[in-house]
Amino acid sequence: MGWLRRLFSRGRLEADLDEELRFHYENQVADKVRSGIAESEARRLTRIEFGGIEQVKEDCRERRGTMGLESLLQDLRFALRMFARSPGFSAIAILTMALGIGATTAIFSLVDATLLHPLPFPHPEELVRIEDDLPGAGATDAGISIPEFKDLQRSGIFQYVVLQIFGSANLTGASQPSRMQYEGVSPGYFAMLGVKPQLGHTFNPQDQTPGISPDVVISDGLWKRAFGSDPHVVGRSLRADNDLYRVIGVMPPGFRDPGRTVDQRNTEQWAALGFSDDPASTPNRSVRLPLETVGRLKPGLTLAAAQSRLDALAASLRKQFPDDYPADSKWSVRLVPLKENLVGNVRQSLILLFAAVAVLLLIGCVNVANLLLARASARSREMAVRQALGAARQRLVRQLLTESLLLSLPGGVAGLVILFCMKGFLVRLIPESLPRLNDLSINWTVMLFALAASIAAGIIFGLAPARQAGRVDLAHTLRMEGRGSKGSTLQTRTRRVLVVTEFALSLVLMVAAGLLLRSFWDLYKVPLGFNPQHVMSVQLWLPSPNDPKTDIYGTAAQEAVFARELLRRSRLLPGVQEAALGAEPSIPLQHDGNPSPLIMEGRQTQSKQPPLVERSEVTPQYFHLLEIPVLRGRLFNDGDNENAPLVAVINQAMAETYWRGENPLGKRLKVGRGREGIGLHASKSWITIVGVVADARTESLANASVPQLYLSLYQDTPKELAIFLRGDLNASAIPKEVRAMVQSVNPELPVYGAKTLNDAVSASLEQRRFSMDIVAAFAITALLLAVLGIYGVISYIVSERTRDIGIRLALGAQRGEIMAMVLCQGLGLAAAGAALGLVGSVIVSHLMAGLLFGVMPSDPLTFVGVTLVLTGVALAACYIPARRAIRVDPMIALRYE
Amino acid sequence: MKNTDDRFDLPQGTLDLLIMRVVALGPIHGYAIAQRIQQISRDALQVQQGSLYPALHRLEYKKLLSSRWKPSDTGREAKFYELTSRGRTHLKAETENWTRLTDVVGLILKGTLEGI
Repeated sequence: MGWLRRLFSRGRLEADLDEELRFHYENQVADKVRSGIAESEARRLTRIEFGGIEQVKEDCRERRGTMGLESLLQDLRFALRMFARSPGFSAIAILTMALGIGATTAIFSLVDATLLHPLPFPHPEELVRIEDDLPGAGATDAGISIPEFKDLQRSGIFQYVVLQIFGSANLTGASQPSRMQYEGVSPGYFAMLGVKPQLGHTFNPQDQTPGISPDVVISDGLWKRAFGSDPHVVGRSLRADNDLYRVIGVMPPGFRDPGRTVDQRNTEQWAALGFSDDPASTPNRSVRLPLETVGRLKPGLTLAAAQSRLDALAASLRKQFPDDYPADSKWSVRLVPLKENLVGNVRQSLILLFAAVAVLLLIGCVNVANLLLARASARSREMAVRQALGAARQRLVRQLLTESLLLSLPGGVAGLVILFCMKGFLVRLIPESLPRLNDLSINWTVMLFALAASIAAGIIFGLAPARQAGRVDLAHTLRMEGRGSKGSTLQTRTRRVLVVTEFALSLVLMVAAGLLLRSFWDLYKVPLGFNPQHVMSVQLWLPSPNDPKTDIYGTAAQEAVFARELLRRSRLLPGVQEAALGAEPSIPLQHDGNPSPLIMEGRQTQSKQPPLVERSEVTPQYFHLLEIPVLRGRLFNDGDNENAPLVAVINQAMAETYWRGENPLGKRLKVGRGREGIGLHASKSWITIVGVVADARTESLANASVPQLYLSLYQDTPKELAIFLRGDLNASAIPKEVRAMVQSVNPELPVYGAKTLNDAVSASLEQRRFSMDIVAAFAITALLLAVLGIYGVISYIVSERTRDIGIRLALGAQRGEIMAMVLCQGLGLAAAGAALGLVGSVIVSHLMAGLLFGVMPSDPLTFVGVTLVLTGVALAACYIPARRAIRVDPMIALRYE
Repeated sequence: MKNTDDRFDLPQGTLDLLIMRVVALGPIHGYAIAQRIQQISRDALQVQQGSLYPALHRLEYKKLLSSRWKPSDTGREAKFYELTSRGRTHLKAETENWTRLTDVVGLILKGTLEGI
């Protein structure tokens, strides 16, 4: 370790080097004296011959091989000394970087957890969702038939193929009945994901038991909630929808189901389904079941390779079973990476957020670069002296970069610390609809990112001052005799460029924020088509046990009795003026969308795949309570009951879609439930359309015209019910009152999900609001930084030109002219920045078009408005130094020189 | 500085070779190395301190030279350089290389253009 020794014996080496060169020098002088030159002259000549002794030494040091580390230590020591001398500057720079890097890292940790590592399972790239499409019938993800599932299992493409069915069930037996999300899965499910339970075991992948197994695996949450974290829970039983199950395992706390919706991801109980017998058994290729299919590819098989093998399989099956796969339906099977379940909807929003925060960090860098430049002008003499003494330019540049890294790295560390402290708070800010299976964690990736961001930031903002240092005009600077030199024109130009950049970046951010704000506002202000004021909805769930004999709400007649009783008692609750019942999909803006197949009388569907429509069952009061007006025909009335002919009400959009130019009244149809096959649960008799209501945005705020079909609740048996109440309601008391009321009818029923419809409306905006809030916060910060930047530059220009202004004033210039001159400088910078920024904004706004609602990406109002605001604020920032300029006293300004 | 006309720039790496050749004659300090090169080349080569010392330090760093302090003729302590065994091998190899190279270059430069 010679270099190490050399590094630590640096003092001795230095002394040796000194002595060696001195020896040479003395000998040379002695030689000259011997040849008859006077000693003083000999010394002078030798010194000239020697040239820069420090330079020679520096060269020698460099040859020693420890130079890099040695000079780094030296630079570090020096930088620390510089910072200690100007603590205010250092604090501001470090703080700016801390905020910038902290914010960037925060968003990155979100991106990391959501986009980069959405599936916390081994080899997540092998996990795929398998979707069956019938493009000929216009249907995607149309469900799978059991024989097809078996084909997939035998195909040799997958290690595992698993079916999933999601639902919810009433959990009874605990102190309070509650509703939980359950999931029926093929026994290989957990083995496929590669997760182990924290207690007990999961299903045996080889299990071939037909039908539903009584063994269930439960979530950590359910274990804590229903079993009080009982360590001996394995073997205990629980009752879901009156069916008895036995707990065989408990999943670990971090495990979440990789489902597509929030509800699916909140699954609390997994049951093994054989999918080979009742209730999901039909061994018929054309009966598509409402199941999700998930698989794990064989190791080493790429998605594309697997897809091409699957295409070949589908082609041979189509040939083999032409009756089940009519040519016009074009049945095909498609693989989708399972992570799309989670990232599909939010990718664009997250990329936008990340881009926004990166721009903010860049603006922060520009600001710090500006500060460094201001300081560099104060240090230009120091730099010149060091160069004159023999420091190489690269050496100075390296030192300045060390200094800027020394500012950005602690900034990064501070950012991480801030992030770590605020993590809990940040996580609460993120809407639940933003899917995450992973907890936000400060892991190695995130830390590495923070480090890389710090270094990149340090280099970016250190580059401008370092470049400057390399170009100091030695003679000129030294001649300034320590007068703290006025900056060069080059420096002023660099600072202008920086401010223009900063301004442009801020404009881009502000335009993005403005467009998001306008989208949000438009969506917020969109006519709903229903009135959410003073309305609350409360949900309950009727059990649907596996044994139909134990179902006390099995028929429409049984359920209608219950529904009428519920309505009667609801009207008696305090403050209630109106009450209505509906199936869960009738709750505005909550439904995830699960359209049902539709058959229209007299219309031949082209294939076995019928058109799809959103359906819900409601009692007659529903439309009046939500103030949805009837356009044609009539609404339901109490006569549309279990004994009367089946009737339906449709919305305008459905009338337009299926009976354009015709009178829909009196037309007859049949409808299934959800994505189930038409054969499974379609109504047996024809349903007659009796009325058309206006479109209401109950499905989605952004989409006004989703075809909707309403059935009379008294004529059907929906299990997920909602009670709607309108009146002068006490939102905090209602949940309790409704629960007491429902349980006075049936104490086994869970009551949950009470909310005001106003909350439902804002909840459906939360993801948009989240991105908008964050981008807006970034934009405001950017505006502040840009204003500070422009203020700094104009102040600097004014102070530089004090003498010039003094002369002009002395020569009779009007103060108004001086003011105009300074403001023009500012305006020039702002205009240049705005021009650049507008170009950037047009590009960015088109990239984010998918996130907008109601505004064009090139919305002139936003563009003009933001430009005006930014320019106005910039002018205001210039006004302060401009006033200082016109107050210059010519006498003082001139005397100063 | 002497008459700059007789001086010429040394090709890259040649200085190292010259220094090692001079040091091979026995322990010698930096000033003497410069003097010796100047004498032997009859003043055609004058080694500047600016190149001499970095080169010495580089060779020492590469372990081709070793050094120790001992009194010089004037009695003053000076840093004397010696060839290491590695330096000796290196010098031999480099000298052969050099000879071969100059022979070949000379051959080509002196050659007539008949062959072309």
